Amino acid sequence: MNTPPVRALIAEDEPLLAMALQQELARAWPALQIAATVGDGLSAVRQALVLQPEVLFFDIRMPGQSGLDAAVELADAWPADMPFPALVFVTAYDQYAVQAFEAQAVDYLLKPVQAARLQKTVQKLQQALAAKAPAATALETTMAQLRHLLAAPGIPAPAAGSPATPLTLIQASSGSQIHMVPVAEVLYFEAADKYVRVLTAEREFLIRTPLKELTEQLDTSVFWQIHRSTLVRASAITTVTRDEAGKLHLALTGRPERLAVSRLYAHLFKAM
Amino acid sequence: MKIDWLDKLQRLLQTLAFCLAVSGIQYAFRPDKPYYIPATYSLAIGTLTWALVDFGRHLFASSEEYGWPKGIAGFALPLVGIVLGYLGGTLLADWWCGVSSWDSAGRAQLRISIGITVVAGTVICYYFYVNGKSAWMQARMTEVHSQATEAQLKLLETQLEPHMLFNTLANLRMLIGTDPVRAQDMLDRMIAYLRATLSASRSTQHPLADEFQRLADYLELMAVRMGPRLAYTLDLPEALREVPVPPLLLQPLVENAIRHGLEPQVEGGHITVQARTQAGPKGRMLLVLQVSDTGAGLNSAPPIAPTAPGTSFGLTQVRERLATLHGEAGKFELAAHAPRGTSATITFPLTTSPA
Repeated sequence: MNTPPVRALIAEDEPLLAMALQQELARAWPALQIAATVGDGLSAVRQALVLQPEVLFFDIRMPGQSGLDAAVELADAWPADMPFPALVFVTAYDQYAVQAFEAQAVDYLLKPVQAARLQKTVQKLQQALAAKAPAATALETTMAQLRHLLAAPGIPAPAAGSPATPLTLIQASSGSQIHMVPVAEVLYFEAADKYVRVLTAEREFLIRTPLKELTEQLDTSVFWQIHRSTLVRASAITTVTRDEAGKLHLALTGRPERLAVSRLYAHLFKAM
Repeated sequence: MKIDWLDKLQRLLQTLAFCLAVSGIQYAFRPDKPYYIPATYSLAIGTLTWALVDFGRHLFASSEEYGWPKGIAGFALPLVGIVLGYLGGTLLADWWCGVSSWDSAGRAQLRISIGITVVAGTVICYYFYVNGKSAWMQARMTEVHSQATEAQLKLLETQLEPHMLFNTLANLRMLIGTDPVRAQDMLDRMIAYLRATLSASRSTQHPLADEFQRLADYLELMAVRMGPRLAYTLDLPEALREVPVPPLLLQPLVENAIRHGLEPQVEGGHITVQARTQAGPKGRMLLVLQVSDTGAGLNSAPPIAPTAPGTSFGLTQVRERLATLHGEAGKFELAAHAPRGTSATITFPLTTSPA
């Protein structure tokens, strides 16, 4: 019987620590192949999609994007027919994150990585890989865990909850003018590079306020987050369609384009 | 207002003791009369006056702070209390003893007892006033003290950021196995950094050269961790080496440059710390200390770990220390750095005379 070797991707921005983890893993799990080591959250997603490893070690604090954000993005882009890799977060000191990991039974390692602790993680990973859960279940479990992690206090994530005084007017500048756009007319917000696009039925405006800040100032029962970069007016959604890959897309009243729903937020759309 | 009944009981007992002492003195002057008569009057008047004043003060919101009403009410309260207390207490004692102080026989006695009541009432009211105020001041002092301790702890926590500490230790653990010489060097720098951080609160000034040495230790630690993503230049002219500066004044600025400038950026960047002089108003020389980076810049996305303490606390700390030392003359500016990144500039008058 010849099983293919298990491969891992390490995402860690400090070169020495990446090397240390690799060395410890070589001792604790000699059969494990390190497919690649990357130093930032963006390459982590790219390389994981290319190499499709079975195990991921993601540092929490990384340049580009955090390990948590990288995991969410990866889950979104992951092909539906492949089992989602087993995920282990690595962190130096984030007491809140550790509490959240404990609560969600997500595996994590504390830096400096200790051999005995790593041994436990390796055993867990080997058991999980041997159990071979169906692809869809593995992804669904990971999504649920990530959803809870992102909502946990102290985790760098968009804060949920309704502000005391929700924003009612968006002030968008174009040239020397400032447009006053009533929030009541906005159908959705979409983050694009350094700007946020504000879309009404007729027009589009650009503002500099990050989406994260907007989320805090808007009534979250009116505007739903459906993607890391999209906030949509729930009452403007007409239909939700599932494509062959299992991804959801929204159609809105008053806008021709369709909006992609992140897997992270797919649970918002379920037939009653 | 919540009434502290234990405190009330204490004051009542103090009042009763005071009343018995007053009647004791009266008895000493007039041993021909039985003791129980002045004692009865004294206790009746005293207790009633105490009750009126001590419960009456709760009617004034201003007495919330240190137990006594402010302004005119502070004088009116004991005055009204003493007058009503005297009238009521005398009537009560009259009824008890079966005499009347108001008829011609008691008239002579009346003047004396009014005098005693006014003096005794004023004394005990003043006593309670001072007592309440000192208790309040003591509570204030404890509060201020604990605030100061908290601020100091917070400062320490910011400087000894656990994330930095544990990551450095993790690096050290790796180096011990692979490169012991480098590990020793890193450990030495870490010891110097920890020593400087822990003793910073104790000394008020040190030479600029020392400040730069501390920055070099910190930057070297970070360079081991970040590898090629961190490059830095420290530029301190020979002439400025001995200029006294508050310890670790620049530290939070360098930490911010790394944390908010270089860390979020995949390619990292360069940090430059520079000291120079500049001609100021009225021919005075100004010292300019600048920390600039080629990082993510001021308008970029929030840092990777927005919940970690420090950011604004570090900058507030810099501003406060400058204001304490140089008042209006000390300036702190945070600006965009061309072509990219952020530059933080501290300017204050050069105190050492060039002569």
